[in-house]
Amino acid sequence: MAVALALSTVCLMSAQPRVLRWAGDPEGGAPFVEADPAHPDTVVGFDVDVAALLARGLDRRAEFLNITFASIDQSIVRGDAEIGLSGIEDTPARRTTLAVTMPYYEFREVLSVRDADASRVRSLADLRGKTVGTLAGTIAHEILLRAERDQGVHVVSYEDDVHPYSDLVIGRTDAVLLDNVLAERRHRNMPGFTIQPQTVAIGHYVGVLAPGNAPLRDRMNEILRTAMRDGSLEKILRKWSVWNDDQPPLYAKILSGEDVPAVVGLDTSASVATVSRWEAARRYLPSLLRASVVTIVLSCLSMGLAVAIGVLIATGRVYGGPIARLALTAYVELIRGTPILLQLFVLYYGLASAIRLPAFVAALLGLALNYAAYESEIYRSALEAIPIGQLEAARTLGLSERQVLTLVRAPQAFRLALAPMTNDFVALLKDSSLVSVLTVLELTKQTQIFATNLGSWVIPGVLCAGLYLAMSLPLAALARRLELRWRTTPS
Amino acid sequence: MEDHAVMTGVGGIVLRVDALRLERGERAILSGVSLEVSRGEIVAIMGPSGSGKTTILRAVAGLERFQAGQIDVDGVVLTGGADTPAPTLRELRRKVGMVFQFHCLFEHLTAIENVCLAPVHAHRVAPAGARARALELLGAFGVSHRANALPRHLSGGEAQRVAIARALAVDPPLLLLDEPTASLDPDRRTELGLLLQGLQRQHRTLIVSTHDEDFARDFATRILRLRDGRVA
Repeated sequence: MAVALALSTVCLMSAQPRVLRWAGDPEGGAPFVEADPAHPDTVVGFDVDVAALLARGLDRRAEFLNITFASIDQSIVRGDAEIGLSGIEDTPARRTTLAVTMPYYEFREVLSVRDADASRVRSLADLRGKTVGTLAGTIAHEILLRAERDQGVHVVSYEDDVHPYSDLVIGRTDAVLLDNVLAERRHRNMPGFTIQPQTVAIGHYVGVLAPGNAPLRDRMNEILRTAMRDGSLEKILRKWSVWNDDQPPLYAKILSGEDVPAVVGLDTSASVATVSRWEAARRYLPSLLRASVVTIVLSCLSMGLAVAIGVLIATGRVYGGPIARLALTAYVELIRGTPILLQLFVLYYGLASAIRLPAFVAALLGLALNYAAYESEIYRSALEAIPIGQLEAARTLGLSERQVLTLVRAPQAFRLALAPMTNDFVALLKDSSLVSVLTVLELTKQTQIFATNLGSWVIPGVLCAGLYLAMSLPLAALARRLELRWRTTPS
Repeated sequence: MEDHAVMTGVGGIVLRVDALRLERGERAILSGVSLEVSRGEIVAIMGPSGSGKTTILRAVAGLERFQAGQIDVDGVVLTGGADTPAPTLRELRRKVGMVFQFHCLFEHLTAIENVCLAPVHAHRVAPAGARARALELLGAFGVSHRANALPRHLSGGEAQRVAIARALAVDPPLLLLDEPTASLDPDRRTELGLLLQGLQRQHRTLIVSTHDEDFARDFATRILRLRDGRVA
């Protein structure tokens, strides 16, 4: 019986076509990959159709794996999927570290500016001293980093391709540099900005495979070549309204065997992917150090504010009336019960129509308001841990209630709170990496950019960890010293 | 020492407690305590555990709300059944000093800082003057060499002397001591008794709650015994 069951299972499995597992990020949305509005469990988009085309050519069935855009390369190297397709750009770094398919789409990097600036701001040269947004870890980001150095523009990097345009429209930034597919898609449903016709650089979308998977890549290239010849690729791109006059020359080049460089119109000889990893680390170290300064300054200011607000909340909860206590308790529970990421989004993007906080200020406030809730609980329990005898002794000496708090209760409570406070500060130092979603370029974000450009996390990860430790270990040592100095035995 | 501070009071009575009734929930702790204490007395309040010795001292120091009766400390009157207004409490704190059983020195301050805290912050004495007076008090009680020690580094006897110095730093006419001999060996106990007698000679009035029959007999000028919430 068992043998029959096993045999039938094997027969069933062999009857089904093999799977081509491919990775993409549906958050990127149409026309690449997006959840089908009619069937949210399935995905649609031109990359979905390209994956299906490849699977058919391999006599397999395409199976989608949802991976965050920034992690697709690493995920492919790990073997989570065989190919990544999600508007992935052909870069020198990817060519060095991955097996990259032939390009299947050509895009142009274009500048978008507010309608009112359309006649004045046409190129990067017009943006000296201005702020330009883009998607982190893209060719556009590399172009802007170079422009930051050479032309004095200020670069703001985003995690997604929606907020660069919404921030442009409300005036947080002065321009956006991204590829024409993303720009045109956003332009269809967001008024207020103009896409400039000039091309800043030309790039291509490719599929990425693990470096050891070159034979499969070669078979896929054959399938793509056939699809270019027989028009099935054009049909897919037309279906998603992204076919344009740039594609036929690209296909002609590929079919004639001509080499297509990773990026056109941009000098990539200085790309970190083309130098040794140690040289790349040396080049990136200054920017990592600058990002560390952002991290430590942001953390110190946030912690200072969190302590001040936390003290007020704790004092209000210990000494306040019933309404104040209820309101403060509600605040603490609301903050502790919701993710900090959500709070940061609400503060920066959600409130943007009412109050347009600069990114650093929003990050500072977001971290401070969040940590204030946790600090207040530490201070409240520390205040309540001071023996009543200490307070009564202070009262019999004639000290007012305010003096009892400031001269007797709070100083002793502070000593009790010091260890958990230090823990929180170290945690905040690390949580500060979350503010990269508000475009603040701190240490983790800078490391991620470094790793993406380098195509490896090993050296960037070690450097990043070293810098975090260099910031947190002295704090822990200082706290230990203060604890030893102030250790008390409550009477 | 500002003599006028200890010489005030009508008819030499520093403390008058009249029909004091104090309950905690259903339980009556004090059920009609009346007593008078004259200037310059050392009164020992004795009684079994739970008889209300400490509670009387706490009520006189303004730390306990009581249901009925009246307490008059050198002209400052506390009335039962009502919260004592803040100005009255402030006035009371000038009249009464209290030394707690476990001293309750402020753990984050040195001995001399403990003694200076109230004069400087509650009574606006200049820090230099408060410090000089604190050193004088600590010297008088034989602990000036421990002025810069934190409470956790003091012995039980030293901590008690610092606590007495702290209570006397604002010259209250009445000093309350709760179980002062509880943690002292016989030698330290005798030293404390002599110290209290020295304070009495300076016209101070002291009320001491204690279990220690010998100490009360040797050093008090009068012994009051509490039983069932009343003065027996």
